[in-house]
Amino acid sequence: MAKNTEIQNIPLDKFRFAKGRDLDHDSKFDTKPVSYFQGAFRRFAKNKGAVVGGIVIAFLVLFALIAPFFTPFTPVYYDQMYSYVTPKNNWFAENNMGFWDGGKQKNVSYLGFIKDLAIAQETGRDVIMGGKYEETTDKDGGKLYSYRYDTYFGVGFGKYKTISKEEFEDIQRYQNETGRQVLYPTVKISDRPTLEKNKYDANIYYKMENPKASIIRPKVDAQGNVIANYWKYEAGDVSPLIPEYNSLRIEGENGFTENGKQYFYAYGRKVDGGIEVRAEYYEYYIYQHTQVIKDGIEEPTFWFGTTETGKDIFACLAYGARFSFVFAIGVAVFNFLVGITWGSISGYYGGKIDLTMERIAEIMGAIPTIIVITLLKYHMGRSSHVLVLLIAFFLTGWIGTAGRTRMQFYRFKNQEYVLAARTLGARDARIMFKHIFPNGIGTLVTGAALTIPGMIYTETSFTYLGIINLEAGSITSVGTLIAAAKTSITANAAYVAVFPCMFLVLLMLSFNLFGNGLRDAFNPSLRGTED
Amino acid sequence: MYMFKYVTKRIALMLLTFFIIFTMCFVLIKLLPIPTNVLPGQDPEIVAKTLEGRGWITNLREGKNGVWLYDRVPILEQYATYLKRIITQGDFGIATTYGEYINMPIWEVFKSHLPPTILINIYSTLIGVPIGLALGILAALKKNKWQDQLINIFIILLISVPSVVLALLIQYVLCFKLGWFPLTMSTSDAYFTWPVFRSMLPAVFALCLGSIAGYARYTRAELSEVLTGEFMLLARTKGLTKSQAIRRHAMRNSMVVIFPSILSEFIGVFFGSMIIEKMFAINGVGGLYLNSITFQDYDFFMLLSGFQTLIGLTAAIVIDISYGFIDPRIRMGAK
Repeated sequence: MAKNTEIQNIPLDKFRFAKGRDLDHDSKFDTKPVSYFQGAFRRFAKNKGAVVGGIVIAFLVLFALIAPFFTPFTPVYYDQMYSYVTPKNNWFAENNMGFWDGGKQKNVSYLGFIKDLAIAQETGRDVIMGGKYEETTDKDGGKLYSYRYDTYFGVGFGKYKTISKEEFEDIQRYQNETGRQVLYPTVKISDRPTLEKNKYDANIYYKMENPKASIIRPKVDAQGNVIANYWKYEAGDVSPLIPEYNSLRIEGENGFTENGKQYFYAYGRKVDGGIEVRAEYYEYYIYQHTQVIKDGIEEPTFWFGTTETGKDIFACLAYGARFSFVFAIGVAVFNFLVGITWGSISGYYGGKIDLTMERIAEIMGAIPTIIVITLLKYHMGRSSHVLVLLIAFFLTGWIGTAGRTRMQFYRFKNQEYVLAARTLGARDARIMFKHIFPNGIGTLVTGAALTIPGMIYTETSFTYLGIINLEAGSITSVGTLIAAAKTSITANAAYVAVFPCMFLVLLMLSFNLFGNGLRDAFNPSLRGTED
Repeated sequence: MYMFKYVTKRIALMLLTFFIIFTMCFVLIKLLPIPTNVLPGQDPEIVAKTLEGRGWITNLREGKNGVWLYDRVPILEQYATYLKRIITQGDFGIATTYGEYINMPIWEVFKSHLPPTILINIYSTLIGVPIGLALGILAALKKNKWQDQLINIFIILLISVPSVVLALLIQYVLCFKLGWFPLTMSTSDAYFTWPVFRSMLPAVFALCLGSIAGYARYTRAELSEVLTGEFMLLARTKGLTKSQAIRRHAMRNSMVVIFPSILSEFIGVFFGSMIIEKMFAINGVGGLYLNSITFQDYDFFMLLSGFQTLIGLTAAIVIDISYGFIDPRIRMGAK
């Protein structure tokens, strides 16, 4: 024995690995050990579709988080005048790119064409974009015009607007300061069309062939231009109805002379409660938002266009996406926690507990979502539909995760290492969460992540079906937009549907690719089997 | 004998689940205030008497200002009456608030809405399943070649595009832009005439694209797994040609899982997609369900909820049981 104890006194550096003979396999690995997650990551990175999916998801989340900061518009904002205006980006519009400039192809008859031409003539705007139009004759001999039409400037003047005296003066001040023409000469009451539907149309400033007609046909001069029919008065002979006006006047009119007399145009008409004016809506909008409301909107430029009610689609989509993501991720996390707890208990203990818990989950899972949501909606009466959705998802959302967790537990609970842990005295909770659970975590997290697009989709469907109405709570979601897009199809404004649909499709597609990649990465043996 | 026991047990369990869900629905509905609102042109007395006659309220008496007072009947008692009527008379109640069907027997209204739903779903199944199977088989046989890649892209696209978007796209392109079909389904009930059939087609397309993708994916996964089985090698070794081996061994084995889902698809035809029905204004069960929710017509809601639950449960159980018949080794849900 004494001989053996001497070994302890051999200095450490005298020890060497035995070389030669057949002992080489004792040498250390040169390669680095690859952990489970590293391996999973490697496998994931090889799957190009999944990586692209991941990038797209990141981009969409980023859009949802950041985009609301880039737009002064909010989902609450709406402007009926600008309903169904097409997507516009100032850079594209200024450089005449031919798209994304607020334009829209229009094929109209002569009357429609002359209306747009009249607005263009008076305001000098590019209502008919680039001034280019094609004239064709149809088989009945009628003329057809096709051109790109500016949906923003085409709004023109809208209806006559009655504003207060203070506002009238403030607009004059604004006009003098900025040199932008908001107010245009008005038309004498007796010169306006007589029918109720045309009476308030401020776009009709020209001489008409028949003011009593239901469809107004303007008189035109030799060049085919409309003839302005402004309310004019002789210098020194002002009607008491005409308010004082000391500001920009339209081009060519600075007290013009006719038959040796000096005339002025009237820029408003005194009525009960203020002054009735013809204001070009585009400029008036800018004035309103920069001077009066001051909400940060500088110009009506809607990147994704507007809906029927004049809501900005970009803002709605951005806020809606943000809501959808926050909502879905929140619910997914909660359901994940509940699901793994339920599933672990059910799977680990097995037997009667498992049977009971399985039955409960099975029954809960068999109730169609529509019943859950409808009953909740009935019972919760006036409370917000967000809450209804939230509770509905909490009630049934965990079942999937619970089932998957249970499967994982059944897979691992009879393994030798679990037996070893139990033999060494580990308590149930330790075995469950320290020994079994980490083995299944990849599959489980993937499963939970994949419920996110499912929830967004469910929410979209129910909003579309009209069972859930988030707009009531001034919250918007992608589903609200898609429901609104339905009517836009027949109004020939398909772009309303394009962006929300694209968002949804991209989201589902990238989540599918990403999820499949993750599952394959975590579970190489499942590769290729898809469900 | 064992099979019989297994099937009975599964069906009994399913009925139990159904009964629990149905009861839960009934109780939750009955906890809501009784809809005693009187529509224009309705006599309040008749409304109150109807409710009493249905067994929902009792001790009806006239109070001041023509307001009818009543006591509520215990919910379980109501439930007993309700079930008794259903079982003995097939009476599911009458519509009380659903505008266009007021005072009509719910069961009759429901029956009249079944044909469009069933027809559209059957057409879509008849188109979707064969195409889906064919694509899936092709993809599995040409695994990792360009055909497979192409079909895969097609599948993942169709599965990812939500049916709302797909239906919207079909409606926009086929119905609005190209004008091949009417925008919505014809309201006529001459279902087997060309104009009505034509108006159904966009909905059928929207529905069947989903099932094409589903079956193609399913078949591809199943068949490619079976093709790698050892018995395939054995079949080739004993002298079968490749196509013989595929037809006699691979196809049959992959059908073990595919066939049940086709069966359940046919059960599912009774309750179609509400989204598609709304999009194409189909006068079917889904639309009825949605309207009954909006009108808060509770008896309608009960019938349709029960029906939908039953269809869902039956479809699931048909899958499980037919597994057992096709491949006796499989006992879903057995120990």
